[in-house]
Amino acid sequence: MQLLFWLLTLLTLGSAVMVVYSKNPVHSILWLIVTFFGISGHYVLLNAQFLAIVNIIVYAGAIMVLFLFVVMLMNLNMTSVGIKNKWLTFAGVISGGSLMLILVAALKDASEMRSQLAMHTGDIGLINNLGMVLFKDYVLPFEISSVLFLSAMVGAVLIGKKSENELVNQ
Amino acid sequence: MTLLAFDWAFTIEKAILIAIIISISLVVAMYATYAERKIAGFIQDRVGPNRAGPFGILQPLADGIKLFFKEEVTPNPSNKFLFILGPSLAMLTAMMTSAIIPWGGKIELGGRMVDLQVADINIGILYIFGVVSLGVYGMMVGGWASNNKYSLMAALRGASQAISYELAMGLALIALLMLTGSLSLRTITDQQIHNNWWNIVYQPLGFLIFFICSLAECNRAPFDLPEAESELNMGYHQEYSSMKLGFFLFAEYINMFISCTVIATLYLGGYDMPFVDESQLSGITALIVGLLALFGKTFLLIFVFMWIRWTLPRFRYDQLMNLGWKGLIPLALINMVLTGAIVLFMMK
Amino acid sequence: MEALTQRARLVDRRPMNWLERIYLWEIMKGMRITLRHFFKKKVTIQYPEQTRTFSPVFRGLHILNRDEEGRERCTACGLCAVACPAEAITMEAAERLQGEENLYREEKYAAKYEINMLRCIFCGLCEDACPKDAIYLSETFAPANYSRKSFIYAKDDLLIPDPVTQPEEYARAKGLIDKVKNSKS
Repeated sequence: MQLLFWLLTLLTLGSAVMVVYSKNPVHSILWLIVTFFGISGHYVLLNAQFLAIVNIIVYAGAIMVLFLFVVMLMNLNMTSVGIKNKWLTFAGVISGGSLMLILVAALKDASEMRSQLAMHTGDIGLINNLGMVLFKDYVLPFEISSVLFLSAMVGAVLIGKKSENELVNQ
Repeated sequence: MTLLAFDWAFTIEKAILIAIIISISLVVAMYATYAERKIAGFIQDRVGPNRAGPFGILQPLADGIKLFFKEEVTPNPSNKFLFILGPSLAMLTAMMTSAIIPWGGKIELGGRMVDLQVADINIGILYIFGVVSLGVYGMMVGGWASNNKYSLMAALRGASQAISYELAMGLALIALLMLTGSLSLRTITDQQIHNNWWNIVYQPLGFLIFFICSLAECNRAPFDLPEAESELNMGYHQEYSSMKLGFFLFAEYINMFISCTVIATLYLGGYDMPFVDESQLSGITALIVGLLALFGKTFLLIFVFMWIRWTLPRFRYDQLMNLGWKGLIPLALINMVLTGAIVLFMMK
Repeated sequence: MEALTQRARLVDRRPMNWLERIYLWEIMKGMRITLRHFFKKKVTIQYPEQTRTFSPVFRGLHILNRDEEGRERCTACGLCAVACPAEAITMEAAERLQGEENLYREEKYAAKYEINMLRCIFCGLCEDACPKDAIYLSETFAPANYSRKSFIYAKDDLLIPDPVTQPEEYARAKGLIDKVKNSKS
């Protein structure tokens, strides 16, 4: 198990680095898919098969396909060179660093989880328990986020429709 | 040392099972090409291939040899690595789905209970969905790496078609899952055996939606837009030749075989032979009867797939999207709500 | 308008009703038709083993005729070449010498007679034009070949076997010609 964990970690981190360093955007996306697989592998190790497979279905299977769509259609073949702005790099470092700070802070509180994982009894990720938690303890956030998604969807449809109308008017 | 503490017998058993299943799917896929040509011929009042061997039974072999000996062409402006990755991915994802299909009941072999299923994971159906949604990558990567506008367009079409129909497929499945209460294919099959009624009786609409969506997922006519010969030359595998092309074509037939098996398992009772009580039979007979039943159903479904292909003309792209988003998804939602209401009502 | 045959069907231009619009029932109907064809008798003819019977008026490869004594009938008058709309026929005439009476029927004969089968449209006008019944269109067609040159058939390719020296081959070839003749009369 330990060996598997390290292998997966290496794969995930390595491919994540490759996402940043690939010159070709399509390669970046493919590396990102590999990263998602690594993360899904970690989920499986945590006995959270549901999360693992949903991660693959949603991220690797749907969202990344849409990413690929956009990149392939725009045909960004290694031509676009990143903007070399000192301030932008600075802002990037700041924002990235703060995100990392928050993540580390959040993970530090999860000591309770760690003991469960170490015991290999954690079955939070199994579908039954996950459903219970999601629909009992976190009903409100769950529903609110679904409304958020719905509004985003409606907004997207609206934007799409509007441009069509403008085309007709012209 | 704990690393090496595998259950070796278990590992070997599963490895043998995987090898058998993969070789069976390869043979079935091979002969599916033959069946397709024969059925096409029969429907068009022809006789189909009949030169290679008696009744042309060696035709798939001849086709395979032909593909092997064709010149391997890699277009110069293509992306070499991804160009090879595309067909490999297509083949890989096609093979992976077979892992969770229960091919039969448990049998006792040499003092071990051998399960005729590679992995009975508790998220069975979701695993299928995961693999199917990855199947798009083979097509997309291959189509893009060819550096050909037709291939790219076909790949994009194929991907958007797959994503659109996955939604309706998932919604149709949710209704089924409400009834079964389990994601494991083994449990679903066992339930159908014990209930004496197959799921198609409870879920006729769901079956129909699932069937149509699996036609679309397999890129079969009338949804074969990614390889629309008349519009896109050959579709996403236009630049491919030799065995790389063979991989793409083969993956399609394996996909068809596996999805027919999945339909048979989910809706048609899996390895349940109708009008036969399996519990009365002895171990090995029950196994054979079960296998016969499953393969019979699967082959029947494959026949229907081909029958549809040689009957219907191809959809136009907007018709395809209309059917998916405005036809099947609302229908699947209605089916889901109805099933939910009925399940809730019956439970009380 | 009165229909000429019973098979004509008027196209129904009415808007589709509900059953037609959901498309499923219509698919079933179509699939029933294809299934019926599935069990129908097949029309395939296994070519090299089986061949189709040609129509008695089929116009195939040309043949140069001989008379009963095995003499060539052609007198190289050139009427067939004139009649040919595709200009596929070329010939050179020569005068019959002493001692060749058993070879050629008339005093003049074709020393060279060529038909370009790639140009020929198999219209049969040469057959009509011939005053000596020397050229006929048989019931075979030109086999495929690799070069254009091999489609120019010389006199040796066209002549019918000699009835005196090769009676068997002659009879075989004659059988075909007889059919053509019978259908004409």
